[in-house]
Amino acid sequence: MTATVSNPVAALRERYGADLVSEETIDGVPTCRLPRARIHETLKYLKNEIDGPYRMLYDLTAIDERTRLKRSSARSDFTVVYHLFSFERNAYIRIKTALETDAVSVDTITDLWPSANWYEREVWDMFGIRFSGHPHLQRILMPRSWVGHPLRKDHPARATEMGPFSLSAEKEATEQELLRFRPEEWGMRRSSEDTDFIFLNIGPQHPGTHGVLRIVLQLDGEEIVDCVPEIGFHHRGAEKMGERQSWHTYIPYTDRVDYLGGVMNNLAYLTAVEKLAGITVPPRGQVIRVMLSELFRIISHLVWYGTFAQDVGQMSPVFYTFNDRERAFAMIEAICGARMHPNWFRIGGVAADLPRGWDGMFRDFIRYFPPRLAEYDKEVMRNRIFQARTKGIGVITKELGIEWGLTGPGLRASGFEWDFRKKQPYSGYEQFEFDIPTATRGDCYDRAVVRVEEMRQSLRIIEQCVDHMPDGAYKSDHPLASPPIKDRTMHDIETLITHFLSVSWGPVMPAGEALGAIEATKGNNGYYLVSDGSTVSYRTRIRTPSFPHMQMLPLLCRGRMVPDLLAVLGAMDFVLADIDR
Amino acid sequence: MTSPYPIVTMIVILAAALTLAAGLIWVERRLLALWQDRYGPNRVGPFGLLQVLADMIKIFFKEDWIPPFADKAVFIVAPAVILVTVLMSFAVVPFAPGIIISDLNVGLLFVLGMSSLGVYSVVLAGWASENKYALLGGVRAAAQMMSYEVFMGLALMGVVLLAGSFNLTSIVTAQRHVWFVVPQFIGFVLFLIAGVAETRRLPFDLPEAESELIAGFHSEYSGMKFGMFFVGEYLGVILISCLITILFFGGWLGPVLPPIVWFLIKMMFFICFFILLRAALPRPRFDQLMSWGWKVMLPLALANLLVTGAVALVWSS
Repeated sequence: MTATVSNPVAALRERYGADLVSEETIDGVPTCRLPRARIHETLKYLKNEIDGPYRMLYDLTAIDERTRLKRSSARSDFTVVYHLFSFERNAYIRIKTALETDAVSVDTITDLWPSANWYEREVWDMFGIRFSGHPHLQRILMPRSWVGHPLRKDHPARATEMGPFSLSAEKEATEQELLRFRPEEWGMRRSSEDTDFIFLNIGPQHPGTHGVLRIVLQLDGEEIVDCVPEIGFHHRGAEKMGERQSWHTYIPYTDRVDYLGGVMNNLAYLTAVEKLAGITVPPRGQVIRVMLSELFRIISHLVWYGTFAQDVGQMSPVFYTFNDRERAFAMIEAICGARMHPNWFRIGGVAADLPRGWDGMFRDFIRYFPPRLAEYDKEVMRNRIFQARTKGIGVITKELGIEWGLTGPGLRASGFEWDFRKKQPYSGYEQFEFDIPTATRGDCYDRAVVRVEEMRQSLRIIEQCVDHMPDGAYKSDHPLASPPIKDRTMHDIETLITHFLSVSWGPVMPAGEALGAIEATKGNNGYYLVSDGSTVSYRTRIRTPSFPHMQMLPLLCRGRMVPDLLAVLGAMDFVLADIDR
Repeated sequence: MTSPYPIVTMIVILAAALTLAAGLIWVERRLLALWQDRYGPNRVGPFGLLQVLADMIKIFFKEDWIPPFADKAVFIVAPAVILVTVLMSFAVVPFAPGIIISDLNVGLLFVLGMSSLGVYSVVLAGWASENKYALLGGVRAAAQMMSYEVFMGLALMGVVLLAGSFNLTSIVTAQRHVWFVVPQFIGFVLFLIAGVAETRRLPFDLPEAESELIAGFHSEYSGMKFGMFFVGEYLGVILISCLITILFFGGWLGPVLPPIVWFLIKMMFFICFFILLRAALPRPRFDQLMSWGWKVMLPLALANLLVTGAVALVWSS
């Protein structure tokens, strides 16, 4: 299929000629730089007109270029970066535009992709770049009272640079007032001809939101007229931290992004880092990574399974699934020493080899787990009330999903067989036999069907890992692998020096940029890293699946009842840290 | 067959009901734990039995807080209403021959009336709290109770027809040959469902649906006021179990063992069944519950009454 479609860069060059500058990148994603006046039409062309169109807005972010040493030829202070994805081509494309400090503004693309709304708000919030024509350009992650734009290089990164924090009564009152919801700001009316609407504030502290998420509902009785999800309460500046931590010491921070996905986050980050470094992970390292990642997929899905059932009022399943999760954690703990945040993968491999007797415990789990899943099928999936609560609720079609940046089980539930493990294999997934579960209707129930089946498939992959675990090194001997293998450090001075530098300063990644994206537990998780040829990343962009998924919420629950909101949220399977980062 | 010492009976039944309600909290927590692969309360006293006592001490010493925005008088009255109405219902329950406070001729009607009054508690609590979640919970409760009480009463009319009396003692004695669950199986199922709805327990706990409405109508309640709702709910469970036992399973009737033991065995069975329901089922949506009530249960109850009436008529003539 890819052979018949044209080279996108050539097609764009034909249209824009000298306006277009194409860039070489380490990850091989076609990258073009265009003047900002051309951006809107370019993206429109790429979305709608080019053969093999790029239908999905995969990510939208920016880079503060002002302190970058090895920047590309174009003079710029900020770069806005658009990542698009084409399912026909199975390829990404990266479009950039340069902005200068006196004119940090670019046309909005919310008219092309509704999902650009939150992304543009985030870029405004973090970089102070304006998007002209945006319907609601307001801070999204930071509090409204925040001064400055955090991801700008001149914004302090540490609390110690900002002076002590104190909350005066006056400040508290202002902050509280800023949190008050004003329907008019969102274009909502307080009443219609025959009803006064209730505005119900759900969260940030509420048992049904799975974390610090705030949703304001406009209700007519119990029917949801409209809703506004408000995020940012879980924002911890993970991207900003990426600019301070060395390539190696950033790994534990990734664990906490999708905190149910554990080492799966390490894998997404390291896929990008290893592209920059040009490291190939040895087979044993790859298979250990796959095995642990799939175990974490099961762990994450188990949490989802139990809590989803609880969201629709079923009390018991959460205890069973957490019990199983505990067993899986025991295995993770035996190998990694930690449970939820093992921080186990390293640049070039994993932290240590598998312990003796590891396979026995996996084989026990492989025997133990399928009957349990069958039991849950009976208890949850085949329960009539559960079906009545979830079937036909929150329907997402394939087209709608692609439009809004939906990936992962949600997209597969709409009948689209798309799994990045199969389509763009990484870490040796091409060697494994497994199916891509799909469903047809794309409602909450189907999303559940897909996830449940995914657990079985993950178990299949784990079984293959256990049966065919290759021998050999668990970590690459590449000089940038970190921490470096120590075998010869005491024998020759060169290795000793390299080892010392790599351990004390951390490895120096070659300048360039790379996108590493994987099929994480909740959808496509990608790290877009920009290296300036230093021991730290110049820009760490984390594209998480939960962010675009949450943005769809109003779409899915308009006209439904309050309990349906809970079913939709439950079936979405989001993690607040994965939204806010 | 009212007891010769009514005051003594009254005190004994009151104490027994309240103790049982408290004990039920422990039973429920332990049973749920058993079914959910965990331990449940097992630290305070033998088998964690004193946990309830500890909880009660805690709840009595909690700050009795009334939200400044609440409608104070109604806010205070609401939890008392539920306790009073449920306890009043126990007055006409015949636990065994002679163990009854007041053997009313219209016993069954009295119980139904009291349970209707109990709804006020929930609705008023939701209203007086001046909280949107509580209000939604209260509104749900009002709608749910109204629709489920309609066929609750109708479902029992079959029993009344067969027994020829509203008196609960006569209804029990009328089951000497065969328990009414046999001829009135549909009535039994209907009453069971309505009973769960009446006590607002899963799967009919919509007024306090935790994942949606936080705690629904009692979101703003704390301390002993919350405790009253809590105890009221458990007393409700006991009451409904007693009624099922009396109306459909022959009350105290049974061989060998003393009548009161039979009664308690049957009652405990249904209490456990209630707890099992809670462990097993998810919660339907509000509109599904309503349409289920009006479109399925009500016609069924009417049909059941019609058929029972016809059969009774033919039988007697």
